[in-house]
Amino acid sequence: MNGMSAYLTIFISTVFVNNFILSRFLGLCPFIGVSKQIKPALSMGIAVTFVTTMAALITWPIYNFILIPYGLEYLRTIVFILVIASFVQFVEIVIQKKTPSLYKAFGIYLALITTNCAVLGVTVLNTDTFFVSGAAVAGSFIKSVVQGFGAGAGFTLAMILMAGIRERLEFADVPGCFKDIPITFIVASLMSLAFLGFSGFKI
Amino acid sequence: MRLFREFIKGLWRENPTFRMMLGLCPTLAVSTSVSNGLGMGIAATFVLTGSSLMVSLVRKVIPDKVRIPCFIVIIATFVTITDLFIKAFTPALGRSLGIYIPLIVVNCIVLGRAEAFASKRGPFESMIDAIGMGIGFTLALMLISAIREAAGSGSIAGIYFSKSFEAPLFMVLAPGALLTIGVLIGFMNYIFIKKKER
Repeated sequence: MNGMSAYLTIFISTVFVNNFILSRFLGLCPFIGVSKQIKPALSMGIAVTFVTTMAALITWPIYNFILIPYGLEYLRTIVFILVIASFVQFVEIVIQKKTPSLYKAFGIYLALITTNCAVLGVTVLNTDTFFVSGAAVAGSFIKSVVQGFGAGAGFTLAMILMAGIRERLEFADVPGCFKDIPITFIVASLMSLAFLGFSGFKI
Repeated sequence: MRLFREFIKGLWRENPTFRMMLGLCPTLAVSTSVSNGLGMGIAATFVLTGSSLMVSLVRKVIPDKVRIPCFIVIIATFVTITDLFIKAFTPALGRSLGIYIPLIVVNCIVLGRAEAFASKRGPFESMIDAIGMGIGFTLALMLISAIREAAGSGSIAGIYFSKSFEAPLFMVLAPGALLTIGVLIGFMNYIFIKKKER
């Protein structure tokens, strides 16, 4: 498999089959914390998608052109988390100066994203899957970026679905001790069960 | 006595998993079997203790504005040590924990303890707090993984208890993890509500 179809396969499998939240449990904190209403959930989703895509875009050259030639692969975790943290900080400052209205909508979400495991997760996953024994596989750069974007898209999808359900859950009669967080996990479990159906896909 | 209280609070009253809901991603992802849960718990406890000690030692040197990046570098160093150690000595565990070992860096428990406790207290106290939290996390992980392993593959710590038991596979897959933690947190809430009423 090569070219477009390979990229499409990666995209579909990261969005549906290996959905970042529902099958890999990456980015659970915002998924539980920010999914009470659709609008903030969508904002969070867009912010995460932007950061995961950019993180994949930035960390690939660093890994391929700096860490591998100098034999420093073991520094991956430290380097990646620093790059992500400074990138997020940088974006936050730029948005705050250039477009204050956008900052009002996305600002607080951006600050939360640094410690979102989905972002570090996707970069680590990229180096695990698209580098075989220390060398980049064919089309590895674009594949990494596609996986980064797919991760964000899958995250957004799950966030919106969850927010839609939780808006109605407000009016449901849930037993006292299961209110709020426990029932959200149980709903997420049912959603995840539904997403399990996608793993039967033959792409 | 006070130190003992710092130690014990991580086990139940401020349990990181069930009471504070911190570090849920690795909890759910690796709790497919008791041995995985134990491995992850020990790895996280080591990182937590080491980074709490370091953070507490350098807390007066680090300027307030750049403390979070500094904490993250300290944590990432301990995570890298753990990662290399596990890969070298227990490769099988390394394979089954996979990307969740590097992800201890963004585990909110570790940064949370560094920020809320170790950056304000002395090294010894911080270590006691970290060990307590780490053990609380490990116990929670083992409880969840024991339930999932027993229900999902009909065994506990690799020992099968019945041949005729047909295990529902979904318990070791993603939905089972979410269901287990949801029910457990609900149950804990129930206990705490009952306690308060009394």
